[in-house]
Amino acid sequence: MKEAILERSSVASLLPSTLVTPANGKAVSAVKLNGSRPELLKSPDKRPVKLSIKDLVIGYLDKQNGNTMVAVDKVNLDIREGEFVTIVGLSGCGKSTFLNAIAGLVKHQQGQIRVNDRIVSGPGTDRAMVFQKASLLPWRKVGRNITYGLELGGMKQSEARKKASYYVNLVRLNGFENHYPHQLSGGMQQRVNLARALACDPEVLLLDEPFAALDAITRELMQGELLELCEKVGKTVLMVTHQIDEAVLLSDRVIVFAACPAHVLADIAISIPRPRKSHVKDSEEFRGLMNQIWAIIEDNANIGSGI
Amino acid sequence: MRKATVLQKSNVAKKEKIATLLLGSSVIVLFLIGWELLFQFRVVNPLFISAPSRVVLALIAIIGDGSLAENLAISAKEFLFGYGAAILVGFPVGILLGWFKLIRDAFGPFIAAMQATPRIALMPLFIIWFGLGITSKIVVVLLSAIFPLIVNLQVAMSTIDNDLVHVSRAYGASRWQIFRSIALPTSLPFLVTGLRLAAGRGLLGVIVAEVFGGAEGIGYMIQYAGSTFQTDKVFAGVLVVALTGITLDFTLDRLGRHFDRWRGDAAVH
Repeated sequence: MKEAILERSSVASLLPSTLVTPANGKAVSAVKLNGSRPELLKSPDKRPVKLSIKDLVIGYLDKQNGNTMVAVDKVNLDIREGEFVTIVGLSGCGKSTFLNAIAGLVKHQQGQIRVNDRIVSGPGTDRAMVFQKASLLPWRKVGRNITYGLELGGMKQSEARKKASYYVNLVRLNGFENHYPHQLSGGMQQRVNLARALACDPEVLLLDEPFAALDAITRELMQGELLELCEKVGKTVLMVTHQIDEAVLLSDRVIVFAACPAHVLADIAISIPRPRKSHVKDSEEFRGLMNQIWAIIEDNANIGSGI
Repeated sequence: MRKATVLQKSNVAKKEKIATLLLGSSVIVLFLIGWELLFQFRVVNPLFISAPSRVVLALIAIIGDGSLAENLAISAKEFLFGYGAAILVGFPVGILLGWFKLIRDAFGPFIAAMQATPRIALMPLFIIWFGLGITSKIVVVLLSAIFPLIVNLQVAMSTIDNDLVHVSRAYGASRWQIFRSIALPTSLPFLVTGLRLAAGRGLLGVIVAEVFGGAEGIGYMIQYAGSTFQTDKVFAGVLVVALTGITLDFTLDRLGRHFDRWRGDAAVH
């Protein structure tokens, strides 16, 4: 995503003339289909907003023709404390760019990202990202991979180890601290990746298609584990995924992104009661939600391709 | 059950290793026997070829009269100073070239040209500049050993895993922290490879420089023995140099395995 890292000032001036916004007006109205959770209707959500995104615009330079293209177009999103929100959408729709911008890895041209009401302008320890690829440091043992984020923050190794030990247990990696990453399976490596992020105790946890690189069986198991884990630690989470079932299973809200440039198509509350178990996937309600989300994505894909 | 199979496998591997070792050493032994026979039966003029037994005797003689230790100390000094300087300069230069594109663009062609120049051909100049003493030899060793280090570390920097840099940045690492936690560990195996190559080149540099223009050291000893037809002593000197090279390479190889133990294939000890 190097193309997206641009100087804010220079691109902002370019934007108005080159804004490329394909037919998106039609689909934007299809929002809030399911309404919010019943209990939230009775008493409006009073939890403080953890992550607030206002009119976010991210552009990138198309190297072939030199135009500034818009990857993310005026996205607004509020995520409250303890909420699990997932973004789904077609691949290449800019959702990963969006997540990278929140992580501070990609600069945005307009709008604001706030965590706890503080404006985000770069990477920081208040956010931690779980990457699609485990990307563990191969020369560090599991224990020191988990403490990596803490050590970068200036914490002493011994102290970091103490702080991380809770999460080592939580992701069931105890006994593996002295293994090298290459000795672990893909699923285990992804747990280390998760523990590394959790150990930093971030305000917002960002998950970038965390299970996309895993085989189907492991992915299924890991979804169940993440579900259990998130209900236990109650973190504020923003996830990006291609798997609609994964999104519905884990989330309180599913945001559907339209493609090119990315903008919010629908914001769907998932009111399946918690704690959930993996077998809620068999329920009528679950399948209804999946079909509903799928229909929105499909509609949008058809509009986009002109079918 | 699983443990038993693994045990058997390692036994097989051990046997295979011993067989390989036997095969390799038997060729050497056969060579030495053949050499000795050529000498004993006067097939070739004994003055020219010497013999393993005579080489051993010559070796004992130069150990006995202290001339080996004396010359070895001089050569070792030249090597260590030159090699040390090559590390001190080559390591940062290689890293800088790999890490900063601007520096690479600026100094890359110059260094490539330097590398292509046969250093030993400059020996007459070094003698004019630094004299016949050990300084001119140190310079030759330095120039022989430095390029493998520079090239290897430069390559190391280009193999840095971008995903890891991405992770590092996401966790708020500064450029210096990225360098320390990602670039430096990545460079270690390359450093060891560079050190091994540099040791070989440096050793060659010492000997050639001493043969070329010197009054002391193993290279000089070999050169002098050769010009006075003491072939036994020539071979004894060459043997000492070869053994030094093998020991050095073996030590550095072990060092490399130590740094490489996080990699799967090097886990076999």
